[in-house]
Amino acid sequence: MHKVIVSPEEIKKIANLASLKLQPREVDLFSSQFTETVDVINQLNEIDTSDIPATYQVTGLANISREDIVDIPRVLPQEVALREAKLTNNGFFVVPRIIDTDETESVI
Amino acid sequence: MKQLHELTINEVHEGYRNHEFTCVELVKHFLNRIEKYNPKLNIFLALNPNVITQAEAIDREIAEKGIDRELLGIPMAIKDNFLTVGISTTASSNILKGFMPQYESTVTCKLLAAGAIFLGKTNMDSFAHGSSTETSDFGPTHNPWNPEKLPGGSSGGSAAAISAQLATAALGSETAGSIRQPAAWCGVTGFKPTYGRAGRYGCIAMASSTDSPGPIAKTVEDAALITKVISGKDPFDATTSPLVVENYPSFLGKSNLDGIKIGLVTEYLLADMRNDVKQLILEAAAKFRSLGAIVEEVSLMDPKYAVGVYTVVQRSEVSSNLARFDGIRFGHTRDSFGEETKRRIMLGTYTLSSGYYDAYYKKAQAVRTKMIDQFTEIFKTFDAVIGAVSPGPALLIGATKNQPMFGEMEDILVEQSSVAGLTSTSVPCGFVDGLPIGLQITCDQFQEAKALAIADCYQKNTTFSQFPDLDKTL
Repeated sequence: MHKVIVSPEEIKKIANLASLKLQPREVDLFSSQFTETVDVINQLNEIDTSDIPATYQVTGLANISREDIVDIPRVLPQEVALREAKLTNNGFFVVPRIIDTDETESVI
Repeated sequence: MKQLHELTINEVHEGYRNHEFTCVELVKHFLNRIEKYNPKLNIFLALNPNVITQAEAIDREIAEKGIDRELLGIPMAIKDNFLTVGISTTASSNILKGFMPQYESTVTCKLLAAGAIFLGKTNMDSFAHGSSTETSDFGPTHNPWNPEKLPGGSSGGSAAAISAQLATAALGSETAGSIRQPAAWCGVTGFKPTYGRAGRYGCIAMASSTDSPGPIAKTVEDAALITKVISGKDPFDATTSPLVVENYPSFLGKSNLDGIKIGLVTEYLLADMRNDVKQLILEAAAKFRSLGAIVEEVSLMDPKYAVGVYTVVQRSEVSSNLARFDGIRFGHTRDSFGEETKRRIMLGTYTLSSGYYDAYYKKAQAVRTKMIDQFTEIFKTFDAVIGAVSPGPALLIGATKNQPMFGEMEDILVEQSSVAGLTSTSVPCGFVDGLPIGLQITCDQFQEAKALAIADCYQKNTTFSQFPDLDKTL
């Protein structure tokens, strides 16, 4: 099994996917640490799982559903729902623009 | 005569019944201890501002109706990843600093409904990402047995609160070892119920497929009662089991273990493990034999594979669960995440990302299936398997520095049971270098009654559940 190197470029790409800003120091640190961690993970390839299904839920429950009715006592009053938000406007959360935010475009 | 902080749940209730003390007196006693010792131990991050008023109400209830609720007037310490209305909840993270929850978690609701009173919230690894409590954004908790040592984690604050006797009982949560390992390092009793036995609603998520709330307490008896209270189908958590919750305390008090078959996991006596730790586990096996149990060696998959499975599954689920922290509806911006949290989100994003999903995530989940299958096979003939909780005693504060896999290595002996969703107890089984060592007693899914009964019999026939004298250790 060849060693998998997680490059600084890949780390930057992952940070972008995860919406995290990294310091240059962290890029190098994570790059070397991930290379090490992936080594440990790749030991799993020593185990033959060719006809073994994956387990996502351990107690065997499946398709748990409920009636689609509003549970009124569980609904937060608007002022409580908004209480922890930094920016609100007219009873709404204010969110940053997340589409068309290419740096060449203007962002409101 | 025992002092107030030394009492178990039943003893507190006995004291209330005999009018030896009131709930207000008991709470004030703990608050005084917290004021005295918390600055050195950093166990509590926030105290309940309404605790005295609540204690007064409990005293009125006791005067009028007696002890008619299972945890009435029991002062508890709550891990800071459970949402508690009126007490700030941060999961030991800067991103949630100052957060006041808008609703109550299922398990804390159940504790309150049973009459428990919350003293405050306990320190943990930030977002439960660790096994040391050192990754807390608010500084490490110190081990009451030796303040230069780590308490373990992630429920390190809750375990240390019991060891330092700053609460009668505590609530923790475990993803892989986060109840059992700090309980072991602090020398107290920890109990991890089966995945899905207690609801996760309102518990700040780490890995949704293994997160399990559970108690940390002075005794197995106390742990059994709390487990009974917090367990059951949770309408707000679809992964909770519809199985009826048994009356766990009623299974305890066995005088022997006749007819019980216990597997001593040979792979858990690691080659590089200290001999004195191994010796304690072998002595525990001998104790089980002397109590009437049959003890035979059993073999599990090399625990190094559990490290790989757990790392992938947990990081992947972390990356997904922590995507919700956007600083819009609550909390601060993602810049406030600590280094360990970022590392875990990043690795999970990597293992789930296009081109790597099959190689890492799917592979890990398939190995997980093999782990579950081997336990299923073992539990056809064995009632429980035993081994050390952690390869050694508490490590020094600072031990996690530059160790990105620290938690995984410290939890190597408990990860398989966690990814398989099993139930397991951690009970003290001796000391090395003056520090406690924990024994895990692991049973099949939903065999809580059995795991607790075996642990209770062991605990009542040994003398390892001890508490440090803080005026000497600190």
